[in-house]
Amino acid sequence: MTATLEVRNLRTHFFTRAGVVKAVDDVSFSIAGGQVLGLVGESGSGKSVTGFSVMGLVDPPGHVVEGAILYQGRDITRLSERDMRALRGNRIAMIFQDPMMTLNPVLRIDTQMIEAVQAHAKVSRAQARSRARDALGQVGIPSPDERLAAYPHQFSGGMRQRVAIAIALLHHPDLLIADEPTTALDVTIQAQILSEVQKLAVTYGTALIWITHDLSVIAGLADEIAVMYAGRIVETGSAARVLDTPLHPYTQGLIGSVPSRNRRGEKLRQIPGMTPSLLRLPPGCAFRTRCPHADAACEQEPEPSQPVPGQTTRCFHPLIAVSA
Amino acid sequence: MTTWLIRRLIQALFVVLAMSVIVFIGVHVIGNPVDILISPEADQAERARIIASLGLDQPLWKQYVLFVDDALRGDLGRSFVFNEPALRLIAQRMPATLELAVTAVLMSMLFGIPLGLYAGLYPDGVVARTIMAGSILGFSLPTFWVGLMLIMVFAVQLGWLPSTGRGATAELFGIQWSFLTLDGLRHLLLPALNLSLFNISLVLRLVRAGVRETLPMDFVKFARAKGLAPARVIFVHVLKNIMIPVVTVVGLELGSTIAFAVVTESVFAWPGMGKLIIDSINVLDRPVIVAYLMMIVLLFVTINLVVDLLYTLLDPRVRLEAKG
Repeated sequence: MTATLEVRNLRTHFFTRAGVVKAVDDVSFSIAGGQVLGLVGESGSGKSVTGFSVMGLVDPPGHVVEGAILYQGRDITRLSERDMRALRGNRIAMIFQDPMMTLNPVLRIDTQMIEAVQAHAKVSRAQARSRARDALGQVGIPSPDERLAAYPHQFSGGMRQRVAIAIALLHHPDLLIADEPTTALDVTIQAQILSEVQKLAVTYGTALIWITHDLSVIAGLADEIAVMYAGRIVETGSAARVLDTPLHPYTQGLIGSVPSRNRRGEKLRQIPGMTPSLLRLPPGCAFRTRCPHADAACEQEPEPSQPVPGQTTRCFHPLIAVSA
Repeated sequence: MTTWLIRRLIQALFVVLAMSVIVFIGVHVIGNPVDILISPEADQAERARIIASLGLDQPLWKQYVLFVDDALRGDLGRSFVFNEPALRLIAQRMPATLELAVTAVLMSMLFGIPLGLYAGLYPDGVVARTIMAGSILGFSLPTFWVGLMLIMVFAVQLGWLPSTGRGATAELFGIQWSFLTLDGLRHLLLPALNLSLFNISLVLRLVRAGVRETLPMDFVKFARAKGLAPARVIFVHVLKNIMIPVVTVVGLELGSTIAFAVVTESVFAWPGMGKLIIDSINVLDRPVIVAYLMMIVLLFVTINLVVDLLYTLLDPRVRLEAKG
């Protein structure tokens, strides 16, 4: 079975006046239908840009400079804008972080949904409308017929995110990229949205890339986890492995900074220092300035290695070796 | 909505009333028409007779009460100079001015919106920079000079267009209009262009700023993520968000364009209200000045009302009941 999406050595750089920002630098991962990949990292680690690169929506001054994005074996970085548009919102869809901003405030919900239906399906307005209504019902919006005529400001944040999800799932995409869609929502709404998306993804066999900085969200959701730091994936593996026995010191730091019942009463550990500016990345391992295990070796570029089967890391001192 | 409308109409009434007082007093302060109207050779008895016949022997407050009383019956006084009702004098010349101003405002949108869109979408191009530089000229060059240059180039040098007058007119609703005949249109073109130059620059800059502001918004990216064609994204999602400031400014500019068409009317010998008001001010023909200013006040009040109503069409978040 070929992967729904395979990203190979993707590099997306932004050519700003201050210099080249390597927002995504040699990122590779793959995901199959029905799978959930958690893409984890701090703000500015390049996880959103990775998502936009797959969508072909990186705005100047940035663009994909290298690598391949294979959708069902086809490299979509080489597609014409027209062919890419046929995929976007149809086979590959995305939901955004802030539901208050993703819907156009001056257009009614039905306008925004019907145009999305008609962008990829040759159907009449009435048919498109009924599809939009069904989609709203599916994401748990009560009396969808009336709500279609409403404007975005008449919805709450959670409801708006449901609308955005309904729009993203209108054409039952093969791949859905969710860019922190629950970050801006209440915890209770967060849980509802999570289970809603999960349910729908399973129903249609959609491959789901869930971008987040929140490990607790990803723990119950993802099959695979990829941890990003400063534009690179520093660790990948099954969710259970990565969370239980992290190899990379950064992953360990992330896990340690989340409150846990097992460590009640202990001080929360934090990662010292700050994410380095992507404009002035130190040579070698980008994490070494904050890493307790760093030594002279880390001034070289670490290549991905697989110290244990099924778990990859970019580190000269994977934690398994330290404890051994 | 109805309560809002009633409240606005009452407000408008007070504005008109207040303006009438200010105008009436203001006009009496700037000079005594008797000095200009009555020939120096006239004897004392003759003077007194004329002053009494014009009603100028009454105290100011009594003149005002008489004026309001007449005004309520639709009579804004008789011109001292033409001995004709002031309102009729203005009404005779109003179509010419209205025609000129409305054409100018339409032209400002016709040119301003596309140019601004282009400059906003491709801000770094040579064309966009040229447009923006040109708009500075549009702002800063004095109208009368531009008018003279237009006549020099298009009427004198090239001989393409006539330079003065309204040309042939045709009747519609019992009023003579230039825009209904080809010859009239040819006469209309240069003065309208001259009058619209400032507004074109204004609209252009407003649209450009709006595009620059709206393009990076999430909802634009989401619209693209739905796979919509670029034309739909720009002309529906972006443009509709920009139209609110544009409608406001164009609405207000329509008022000032009518009020300040004076210069253009003088340069192109366009027989509109502007010419009349300048002449009336020169001879202190009070009733005409007062009637003209009252008309302008009414015009502004009406335009503001229409602009507010247009808001609700453009932005669903504006609810008229909510404000005063």
